[in-house]
Formats: sequence, C-alpha cells, structure tokens
Amino acid sequence: MLTKASRTTFLVPLRDGVLAGLVALVLAFPIVGLPTSETAHGLVLRPRIPEAIAFAVAVFLGRFALGVAEAGKPRPILLIALLVAIAAPFASAAPEFGAALAIGGLFVALRSALLAFPGVAGRISGGIRVPPVAIKRAPLVLLLLLVVLPLTPVIDRRLLDIAVLVLTYVMLGWGLNITVGLAGLLDLGYVAFFAIGAYAYALLSLTAGLSFWGALPIAGLCAAAAGLIVGGPILRLRGDYFAIVTLGFGEIVRLVAINWSSLTGGSQGIAQIPRISFFGLADFTATPDPGRRAFHELFGISFDPAHRQIFIFYVILALALAVNAFIARSRKLPLGRAWEALREDEIAAQSLGLNLQRIRLSAYAIAAAWGGFAGAFFAVRQGFISPESFSFLESAVILAIVVLGGVGSQLGVVLAAIVMIGVPELVRQLAEYRMLAFGVAMVAIMVWRPSGLISRREPSIRLGDAT
Amino acid sequence: MQVPPPMAYFLQQLINGLVLGSIYGLIAIGYTMVYGIVGMINFAHGEIYMLGAFLALIAFVALSAIGLSSVPITLVIVLVVSVTFTAAWGWTVERVAYRPLRNSPRLAPLISAIGVSIFLQNFVQLTQGARSKAIQPFLRGGVTLYGGGDGAFAVTVSWLQIFIVVFTTVLMIGFTLLIARTSLGRAQRACSQDLKMASLLGIDVDKTISTTFVIGAALAAVAGMLVTLYYGVIDFFIGFLAGIKAFTAAVLGGIGSLPGAMLGGLLIGLIEAFWSGYAAAEYKDVAVYGILVLVLTVRPQGLLGRPAIEKV
Amino acid sequence: MSGDKLLSVEHLTMQFGGLKAVNDVSFAASASAITAIIGPNGAGKTTVFNCLTGFYHPTHGRIALKSQHGTIELQNLRKHQVSARAKVARTFQNIRLFAGMTVLENLIVAQHNRLQRASLFSFAGLFGLPAYRKAEKDAVERARFWLDRVGLTSWADAQAGSLPYGQQRKLEIIRALCTEPVLLCLDEPAAGLNGSETAELARFLRELRDEHGLAILLIEHDMGMVMGISDHIVVLDYGRKIADAAPAVIKEDPAVIRAYLGEPEAA
Repeated sequence: MLTKASRTTFLVPLRDGVLAGLVALVLAFPIVGLPTSETAHGLVLRPRIPEAIAFAVAVFLGRFALGVAEAGKPRPILLIALLVAIAAPFASAAPEFGAALAIGGLFVALRSALLAFPGVAGRISGGIRVPPVAIKRAPLVLLLLLVVLPLTPVIDRRLLDIAVLVLTYVMLGWGLNITVGLAGLLDLGYVAFFAIGAYAYALLSLTAGLSFWGALPIAGLCAAAAGLIVGGPILRLRGDYFAIVTLGFGEIVRLVAINWSSLTGGSQGIAQIPRISFFGLADFTATPDPGRRAFHELFGISFDPAHRQIFIFYVILALALAVNAFIARSRKLPLGRAWEALREDEIAAQSLGLNLQRIRLSAYAIAAAWGGFAGAFFAVRQGFISPESFSFLESAVILAIVVLGGVGSQLGVVLAAIVMIGVPELVRQLAEYRMLAFGVAMVAIMVWRPSGLISRREPSIRLGDAT
Repeated sequence: MQVPPPMAYFLQQLINGLVLGSIYGLIAIGYTMVYGIVGMINFAHGEIYMLGAFLALIAFVALSAIGLSSVPITLVIVLVVSVTFTAAWGWTVERVAYRPLRNSPRLAPLISAIGVSIFLQNFVQLTQGARSKAIQPFLRGGVTLYGGGDGAFAVTVSWLQIFIVVFTTVLMIGFTLLIARTSLGRAQRACSQDLKMASLLGIDVDKTISTTFVIGAALAAVAGMLVTLYYGVIDFFIGFLAGIKAFTAAVLGGIGSLPGAMLGGLLIGLIEAFWSGYAAAEYKDVAVYGILVLVLTVRPQGLLGRPAIEKV
Repeated sequence: MSGDKLLSVEHLTMQFGGLKAVNDVSFAASASAITAIIGPNGAGKTTVFNCLTGFYHPTHGRIALKSQHGTIELQNLRKHQVSARAKVARTFQNIRLFAGMTVLENLIVAQHNRLQRASLFSFAGLFGLPAYRKAEKDAVERARFWLDRVGLTSWADAQAGSLPYGQQRKLEIIRALCTEPVLLCLDEPAAGLNGSETAELARFLRELRDEHGLAILLIEHDMGMVMGISDHIVVLDYGRKIADAAPAVIKEDPAVIRAYLGEPEAA
C-alpha cells in the first residue's frame, strides 16, 4: 500500500512523466527516428529508432524528475541530476546523446536547485538584482576593458574578429532597442535598414568613389529615409500587425536586392568593396597606391596586417558607443519620454497632445539610421555583401538579443550578444545547434520572464535632480 | 474546340491559381481560427505546415519501401499519418509555448511563436537534413481541356490538380459545417467573444483552444501533404514563405473570419499565378507582401471582417 | 449661470452601425463652472466625451470651443490636437497611466508639446542647451506644484503603476492639469474612491473651478457628489438629452426620475 504522501510525490509525477514521454515519442518517432536520405534511386529511409526512443526516455525522465522535485523532494533530484549531467558526456557512446543528457540534467538540476533553495529563487525571479554601485560601474569597467582589449597579448586575430562581430550585434541590438524597447514597436524587419546601409556604402564607394567616412552619413540617411517612407503608412497599425508588415518590408528589400541584378549584383552580391582608410588620411596596406600614404608610414611604425583589424575594432566600438550615448541622452528628452509614454498607453498619450504618428515615426527612422550606419560598417569590414546576409533570420537574431537581454536594457543587450553570438563562435562544435538553442531560449525566456532577463528601468528624471 | 492562345494561357494561370489558392486557404484557416480565439498571430503555423509536408514525405517513402502500390490506399495512409502526427505537434506547441503566456503582454506570445518557428526549422534541418527532398511523381496524367496540336498552347488539368481542388473544397465545406453546427463551434465562438465569460459559462477554455490548434495543425498537414504531392520537392524552409502568404490570405479575407480565410487564400493564389504569368515572376513574393501592407493600411478588417471599434 | 459659453455642443449624433449611441444632443458648458453629465449606464456619456476629445468623429453635429484665437471646432480635430490646440484635457473611466514610468515622468510627458518647442524638437536638448534646461526646470516646477496640491509629492519618483488606486486617480487628474487646459473632462473620477477620498476630490474640483477659473465637464455616478458640486447638470438616457438644468431642478424632474427608477406602475 502506498501512503498518500508517496502517491503525490511519486505517482503523480510518474503519470505526468509517462504522458510527456509518450507525447515526445509521438513527436520524435517520424521526424527523429525516420530520416530520409537521398540515393541514386530516390529517397530512402535510414531509420534511427533508438535515438527517437532515447529522446522520449529523456523527456520522460526529465518530466518525472521535475515532478518529484516540485512535489517536495528537490534535494535528491538535484544531486542525481547533477551526477547525470557530469557523467553523461563520458558515459554515452553517441556524443549528441551525451550532450543532450548533460543539458537536460543541468536544466533539471537548475530547476530543483531553485526549488531546494527558495530564497535564491525568489531573489532571481525578482529580477537579477545587482548592487546599484555595480550597475553604475559595470559599463565603465567594461568600456575600459574593451578599449585596451586589442592591445593586450591574450587577443589574437580570431578573438578580435569575434569581438568585432559581437560589437556589431550589440550596436544593432541597441539600435533596435529604440523601436522595440523605448517605443514599444515590434520591428521584425530591422535587417532591411542594415541591408540598405550596406548596399548604400558598397554602391557609393564603387560607383561614386566615396570613402567610408564620406559614405557613412549618406548610408545612415538612406536608411532613415527608407524608414520614413515605409513608416508613414504602417505606424498606425496595431502591434502584431505592425510586426508582420515590417517583416514583409524586410523581405521585400532582400528580394529586390536579389532580383535587381543590374544594381545589386543579384544573389552574387557585390565584391571588392573598398577597404576602410584611416580617416581618409592613410590606407592600411603595405604598398599604398600612388599618391596615397600607408598607415604605418604615417606613424613611422613597421607594417602589420593587424593594424586594420584593430582600427576596425575601434570604429565599431565608437559606433556602438555613439548609439548608446544617443539613447541615454534621448531618454531624458521630451522625444524619448514620448516614445516611452506611447509604449505604455497610446490612448492616454494622445489625449495629452502627443502626435502618435510623428513620434513613432521619429523612433522608427532614427533606429533605421543607426541600422544603416551598422550596415555600412558591415560592408566595409567584409568587403563583400550579398542578399544572403540580410534574411529574416538576421532580424530574428537581433530581436532575440534585444528580447533576451531585457527589452529596453542596454546592459542586457551586451550580455545577450555575448552569449548568443560570442559563445557559439568560440565553441565551433555548437554552431550547428546555435539556432536551435536560439529558438528554445526565446520560448523559455518568454515563458519564464515575459519582460526579459533584466527588466529594471531607471527613471529619466527625479524630483530631487532638478533643484 | 479551338481557343485563342491568350485565352488558353489565361485559363492555365487560372487553374494554377486555384490549386495554389486552395492550399493557401487551408493554411490560412489555422491562422484565422487561432487569431479569432486567442488574438495572437501563430507565427509558427507555417512551420507546422512544413512538418506536415515532411511527415507526408516520410510516410510516402516508407510506403513505397514496403512496396504498396495502390494509389487510394497510399493516399489515405499518408493523409492519416501526416494529419495525426502534425496535430500532435500543434497540440504540443500550444501547450508548451503559448498557454503559459495567455495573460502576458501582447507581444510575448508573438516572440515565443517566432522562437518556436526558429526551433522547428532547425530541428527538422538537423534531423532530416538541409538538402531539399524530392519524391517520384505520384498521381500522373490529366485531362487536356483544349488540345495543343499544331503548336497551339495546350490547357491541361492534371488529375492531381483536380484532386487538390475537389478535396480542399469538400474539406472546407465539412469544416464550415463542423464550426456552424457542433458544440465545438459554439464553444469557439464563445471563446472568441470573451475568454473569461466563456469559462464562467462552463466552457472548457483550455480544451477549446487546444482543439483549435489541433484542427489548425491538421488542416495545415493536409496542405503540406498536397504540396508534397503537387511539387514533389520540399525542404525545411518551405514553411516560412507559405506561412507569410497564408497569413496574408487570412488578413486579406478578414482575420477571424473562416470564409474570409478561404476567399483570401484563393485570391492570393490567383494573384500569385497571374502575377507570375503576366508580370515579373521573380517579384511574385514582393507582390504578396505588397498586398499585405496595402490591405493592412487601407482596410485592416479585410474583405469579410468587421471593423473594430476602438475602446477608450 | 454666467452667459459666456466656453463650450457649446450642437446636435451631436454618434452612430455605430444601426445604433445611435448619442442622438441629437445639445448642451453648453461655461468657464469657472462644473457641468455634470449623468444618466444610467449606456446612456452615451462616455461617447460624448470621446467625440469631444477626438477619439470618435461624430456622425453629425458641431462642437465649438471658444479660444483666444477664435472658435475651434473640436469635431474636426484629431486626438492629439484636442489637447495641443484646443487645450481640452481628459481622464479615463478605467485609469490610463503610463504605469511603467514614474509619477513625475507622467507629469512631464503631459507637458510634451511645450518642452518639444523649447528644446527645438529635442535637438537643442540633445546637446544640453540652456534653453531646454530652463524649460525642463519649469516643467518640473509645474509638476511639483500639482503634486504638492494633491499631496502626492512623496510619491514623485515611484512607479505610477505601483500607486494605490485612489492616488492613481489623483495622478491622472493632475496629469491632465499639467497640459494647462481650459476645459477638463473627467470620466467618473470618483469611481472606486471611498467616502473621504470622494469628499477630498469634490473639494479639489471646487478649488479648480474657483481659483483657476477652469471649466469642468464631469461624468459621475456618485449622485451625492454631483448634486453637491455641479453648477449645471445634463441628463442623458438612451443617447438622448432628457434634462438640462441646475441640480435643484434636476432632482424634481419627472423625466429624470423615470429614467433612473423606471415607469411608475399604472395607477
């Protein structure tokens, strides 16, 4: 005979676990267990039934363990889950399976740890509370680290490349945060402005011979103009309609880039885009063209191909910081407050005399301009662009960074960009699973914290400040 | 009987458009039902359709591996397999990714749905491979309406095209009756008016919403199966574009309206076919996005929808 | 009643599909006076407000507001212009605050248009020019004045959404006042308030009328308060005006009694 207590502790989770396992089996059996494979005679099945069953068993174990932990026995579960997570990668023959078990084990361990130590859980679910001093100092420390980063010996070309990539996404994330975080508009086509900036620079430099520094403002203006033209009619739309229409706009830009081959080179893209110069004064090359100076000559140092890369790093750092400074400043301006007010309640805001259309348009166009700057930078750094780089997935990645970091939070964007862009680049083996994890993370974070990881908002003005 | 070539060309585009439109209509129903009841854009619905296509493909390959050659039996088994498993995915997605967010800020479920969409695409890519999958043509032959002798343009309707149009028509009629006559339909209409009130009146809201997702997924699975048959080639990425087009269809018809979804699907199919036939085929997707923007800005309630009154 | 009519509503009709929510309603409101609009639920009171403040565009009728620059026809204005041009402010039946922003920020947003002009559409502000700093200081002072007035000063830096219900009502009213309106439209400001809060609100509205010369248009169900502070009452029923007079007269009006209590049983 089972006691009532053990019934709720074990039987109910067992039932839930079996149900979840069965559902997982149904879901996984054909898709995971029966992959099709191309042969000379057409498609054939290459069954992988054990994997599908293993998947279902893992789901069963996970759900059961979670159930037991939730029913009041979190500590033993925590211990077992940790053991599984540590042992799995060594004990399992198939590496994917080991990795899956380890991740599942860690997840269960994390959840039961939160249940076992409710004090910690409460603190975390109340938002990641960092002492105010740390919040104030963190950006400064981070900034100093970044400024000296290229000069430190630990950095090599690959790391610097990753850092530039992460910073590009930080800049895009901050730019998009103007629309999504401040103005509360879900823009699913931000990559369009990135693309417009990139093509603007590529075409201006190749046809009109403009330098990066000359073309940069024009690229931003082009993107902003596109934002104004598109934004005009669509900004009245309700939130989710607006989101879908922006997605459509992003796709239109990509399709035009593919099909207008005479201008954009079609899906081949544009290659040999002129490289960046040192503010137009000197080129990063061992042998400058006649009439031009080389960077190393200008400073009387020996030539090093890393110079250009280090310069590129500082350019994107400066661009990203410019966005950040702009946001910090505009939050304290009437315009920035109006963005936030419209996000909070557009009806009340309009009743106070705020022109919804014009204010939203400004947010959309300004964010577009920053996207355009980032695009021009992307083009000059890569030296090659093609429509492939500007798919909806890019928009989704930028949005994911903003959302995961905590909508409206500047620091959150940095953290999310490091985790989502930097880590997969560092650990190449995971790259294949990166987008899978992206998707899971977007769902999990929305379910866990619908307002993002860091959802702390600093008032733009305090009553004491003004006096 | 002889028709002038321009007329024949027109007819051929019309047939193509009708076939395409029936498929979009099936997917659009899933968008419109879910939007009608929970007020969210189920962004992952296109991926559910893609899963349906893959499940149909797997069933086909499995059946041909065991040497089944009877066309009707194959069709029935493939249909049942694809619909059942896809419906299970639809149910699970709602359960895991949307239900916990029912009372969250409006955009949270949309972001979650985008997450599901990214997950499903990559899941299928990882498990089934990134290359596109082709099957042998299944239902061959057709009727030539106007003979194409002496070099004239021939208008042909394949058996498959006839099957698709007839089957979707029957399905949609059945489905309309289901919604109009049964208690499920009543529960759905109650939920679309007011979730809280519906639950106070004894309607199992969770169950109604689950059923809605399951039905939507089942119809998307049918669409996926038909596309697998029709084009014979699928890949893990087909859900995105089809999803957008079906959503456009739902918006065009008036989101929340079932006849609207069907009408919208047909219109989008026809527009796409005629645009490809008479204008620039490479811009056919741009045309669809253009229509989406145009409809939403000019007539956001769609063709058959009712305008919303702003509540202050 | 004084003769200068600040606001005159003439033959206002608002039709939704086949339903006339407001049907040929005319009334007037004066400066330095409180005009109440009362009536049973669904009588069309809030619809009148929505027509006045640009949220609905009436099917027929004219809404004229006197201003320094001549008469403004409110029915032609868009939502934001009603506050920006005609200086008509409003509150909402179910409070609409910027819940995630602080109390002070709510009040600063209400002064948006003035601050935008002072900051040259935020450009001057971007570079911290003194003109903008002065304007912002003035805005904070105006906010502080109203905060002091209703006793919300200690809440100034709190999140608006975290305030107790009664304080949220007050905040919504002073936020409307920060736009410096000539006409203030209050949609059930006493709903959900307790007895002493209602009395405090009534006192505050009287002060606004007497000290600031404000015209107040008031939708309210609390008859004690309405009878106590109104100079003039308009009664609506099923979208039509059934009475329009001073409180003492309204109390005795048979049509009003019928609307509220139903037809007396046949004798």
